[in-house]
Amino acid sequence: MAVEGIGARALRKEDKRFLTGKGRYTDDMVAPGMGFAAFVRSPHAHARIKGIDTSAALAMPGVDAVLTGDQLVGDGIGNLICGWMIHSKDGTPMKMGGWRALEPEIVRYVGQAVAVVIADTLGQARDAADVVVVDYEELPAVIDAVAAMGPDAPQIHPEAEDNLIFDWEIGDDAAVNAAFEKAAHVTRLNIRNNRLAPNPMEPRAALADYDSAEEHYTLHTTSQNPHVARLVLSAFYNVAPEHKLRVIAPDVGGGFGTKIYVYPEEMVCLWASKRAGRPVKWVCDRTEAFLTDAHGRDHQSEAELALDADKKIIGLRVKTVANIGAYMSLFSSAVPTYLYATLLSGQYDIPAIHANVKAVYTNTTPVDAYRGAGRPEATYLIERLMETAAREVGLSPAEFRRRNFVRTFPHQTPVIMCYDAGDYDATLDAALKAADYDGFAARKADAAARGKLRGIGISCYIEACGIAPSAAVGSLGAGVGLWESAEVRVNPIGTIEVLTGSHSHGQGHETTFSQLVCERFGLDTDSVAIVHGDTDKVQFGMGTYGSRSGAVGMSAVVKALDKVEAKAKKIAAHLMEASEGDIQIEGGELKVAGTDKKLSFTEVALAAYTAHNLPEGMEPGLKEGAFYDPTNFTFPAGTYVCEVEVDPETGKTEIVNFVAADDFGKVINPMIVEGQVHGGLVQGIGQALLENVTYDDNGQLLTASFMDYAMPRADDVPFFNLSTHETLCPGNPLGIKGCGEAGAIGSPPAVINAITDAIGSNDLTMPAKPEKVWALYHSSMKEAAE
Amino acid sequence: MYETNYHRAGSVADAVRMLTEAEDGKFLAGGQTLLPTMKQRLAAPSDLVDITKIPDMKGIREEGNQIVIGAATPHAEVAASALVKSRLPGLATLAGGIGDPAVRHMGTIGGSIANNDPAADYPAALVGLGASVTTSKRTLAAEDFFIGMFDTALDEDEIVISVAFPAAEKSAYAKYPNPASRYAMAGVFVARHADGSVRVAVTGAGQSGVFRVDGMEDALAANWSPEAVAEMSLDSSNMLHDVHGSARYRANLVTVMAKRAVAAAG
Repeated sequence: MAVEGIGARALRKEDKRFLTGKGRYTDDMVAPGMGFAAFVRSPHAHARIKGIDTSAALAMPGVDAVLTGDQLVGDGIGNLICGWMIHSKDGTPMKMGGWRALEPEIVRYVGQAVAVVIADTLGQARDAADVVVVDYEELPAVIDAVAAMGPDAPQIHPEAEDNLIFDWEIGDDAAVNAAFEKAAHVTRLNIRNNRLAPNPMEPRAALADYDSAEEHYTLHTTSQNPHVARLVLSAFYNVAPEHKLRVIAPDVGGGFGTKIYVYPEEMVCLWASKRAGRPVKWVCDRTEAFLTDAHGRDHQSEAELALDADKKIIGLRVKTVANIGAYMSLFSSAVPTYLYATLLSGQYDIPAIHANVKAVYTNTTPVDAYRGAGRPEATYLIERLMETAAREVGLSPAEFRRRNFVRTFPHQTPVIMCYDAGDYDATLDAALKAADYDGFAARKADAAARGKLRGIGISCYIEACGIAPSAAVGSLGAGVGLWESAEVRVNPIGTIEVLTGSHSHGQGHETTFSQLVCERFGLDTDSVAIVHGDTDKVQFGMGTYGSRSGAVGMSAVVKALDKVEAKAKKIAAHLMEASEGDIQIEGGELKVAGTDKKLSFTEVALAAYTAHNLPEGMEPGLKEGAFYDPTNFTFPAGTYVCEVEVDPETGKTEIVNFVAADDFGKVINPMIVEGQVHGGLVQGIGQALLENVTYDDNGQLLTASFMDYAMPRADDVPFFNLSTHETLCPGNPLGIKGCGEAGAIGSPPAVINAITDAIGSNDLTMPAKPEKVWALYHSSMKEAAE
Repeated sequence: MYETNYHRAGSVADAVRMLTEAEDGKFLAGGQTLLPTMKQRLAAPSDLVDITKIPDMKGIREEGNQIVIGAATPHAEVAASALVKSRLPGLATLAGGIGDPAVRHMGTIGGSIANNDPAADYPAALVGLGASVTTSKRTLAAEDFFIGMFDTALDEDEIVISVAFPAAEKSAYAKYPNPASRYAMAGVFVARHADGSVRVAVTGAGQSGVFRVDGMEDALAANWSPEAVAEMSLDSSNMLHDVHGSARYRANLVTVMAKRAVAAAG
């Protein structure tokens, strides 16, 4: 290994174990005497439970326990919570219905757990679950969020009249009305953001182990944020106090948001471990994952953009209905509000914005944050509007955007966000050049000669990452602070362990966090280890989501490194009888500037631990911790250009070129950043072309397996043309903005803008299924002919 | 998966005996549909009788003007066969496009046709080429073998031994895959024989499984060119419809795939 600092394309340290099958995932864990859990789930979208007969199941071989919601409630286990309070525009708090981990009275979506069986083997547990008899009285169900607010819709929770959880607004309604009154042109679109199933490769899993002597629980689970899981399990679900509960998130195979939340199953495993007197393992199967992992998106919006005579934007009005599903998941209220409407200004200088968001219960799987969380919905809405408006007023989509870009920073939008730094012209220019935008007409003509419809579409996205500062998010309703902690432990022989509250579930933290240390001390990457994902090892952490590990987690590491460096320099100065200001760190050595005096990092570390000769009053050891609370959100931004060819005979879209020009601020490892962008783009393209969670009118999930839920595959996407263009974020010490979600945020509108350009019809909704595209193209041809 | 007993048959007679003795047995002919179904607990046979190791049921050979493929031959072997590629290129293409590499190395032609999934590829080739199916009891014309969705003329204890394909002058297969499962949403096999007769067989689109399109066959017999079928619109009343496509859209796909298959056949 080598010294690979900031900016190095270092190969991933963790890949050896992943590629050789040595990863340790929750399902790899074995506890002596463990039993297996199988859940009994509702086959109905809405039904009253008249009775549950567990007697036959209890008599099955190998069965230890069959537990129901009555026992759970009787044991004082608390309801699941939503951790972000939203107030409606009339000042009333959101109307949250109760969510029990095992439902004893009324089931509200297909797949909701009503009982659990614990048995010696998984097969026995499933066999017994099959014979638990639940007597249901079916109730009418509602799937669509707009329909759920209607007079004929069933009432899902008694707390939420008309199934309306909140009716929230942001921005200045009067200013927007005034803008529309004087507008020279108004562009209107109805926008639907389709519902998605996240589908991380590793399904959710839990291994819960209760120690009756210590009254202590250990939970191995697939979590993006084990400390938050412990906090919620302890403070709200009453499973155990924090010091009696250890949560370990070992290797985790992808999260995408869906592993942020504490779900019923993981909590039930903890409780059942005590009840059954043995460790309990549960691993979600793929159909359970489709039914119970929090879904993403599902918005219906009306959007209007007002332009003046110079084709400058003067107002934006948005009305959105957000489908929350049957229960309010942990951050479900924040996604369609503060993570969404605050980004509606896009990259543009829009003087007046007003958004109204209604959040609605339906008899569907709960909806929460999924890669991008609110920001893809905002970007899709504004970028579809921008492309449409440009076409309507006869400007090139690139020129229309350029005319409206924000160019002075800081820029205060009308929807809370204050953009700190950016250069939107730079990423637009780079993307247009890389896409050979000017040569498009010739390529279109060539495609036409081959019988194909070629189209090009732009998306200029902005997102907000590193959600912070804690005081600000607290004032907006967050139940937690959004800082991060880190600890840097230098061992006596100079190797270093970095303990971080960030959690890696595919992001490559073991590599990139090591690069910070290599950069700082000039040490070999092999001398650094990253420790994360265990509440007994790491003091505290808020975990990984919202592209925050770089901007927030690494900043905490930098603060701790600052302290370690300062102490090491003091020790070195003392040992070499030099002034502290003259000590320079280079290549793993502490040198006195202008002399040949030097000490190795190991010698200084050893001196700190032997403590034989330390400066007067200095504590022994070389270990420092830090908490970092950002001063602002960060604002990654960029331009994506998508070029497609549509087959007019089948409606199938082929993406023939995709260009991404991103500004992520400082890039620590370009290879890992490219990997993040690739993955994000594929997920965004999946949303635009393929993925669509579909229920029938009774609330049965029609897309409950990969046979019907179309995930993007390698042959659905082109080779990507990527570049980064750095403006440093002024809000954190490294200037990082974050890169984890950009691809998924920026790509869907680029794809849809390209297809609508190709087929000459703007009515297209996501996903752009071939049949839809085919029908739209032929009806637009027919209209043109008539 | 529920517990089951696995048996490996060494001969056809062996296999029939094992199945007869089982309480609720099933033949395992690659298992690329059966095993996932069992894993989902949607099927629970007491016994599985593996018929893929029976020597009489393996291999590809030429008999007169026919290519005979043993029922236990995996798709990958058909796709890679020099004999099939030279005499029935459409069949080689079809076999090479079934599922994914794992499916193609485990799944067999006999297993596929005995299951008769309405979106499986092989039925289109059998009907399109006018193949005959030899079983442990008899020989049947392909059109008499396929009865309807997941339904064939096979008795419970009857095993497909081989499939004989008459070598065609020209043949090709064009498939429009379901974006999720990659099964055919419309797969069209076209073949022209030395006597000038033409067959057009469609899988994936019909409610009763594979079917022939008489109008297209007549048009192509008169004029073997993509244009002959390009404008032909099909009745969609018996087409499948689901979240991936309506009956009307599938009818369109059949026409487009027929046109492309003829173009590919040359």
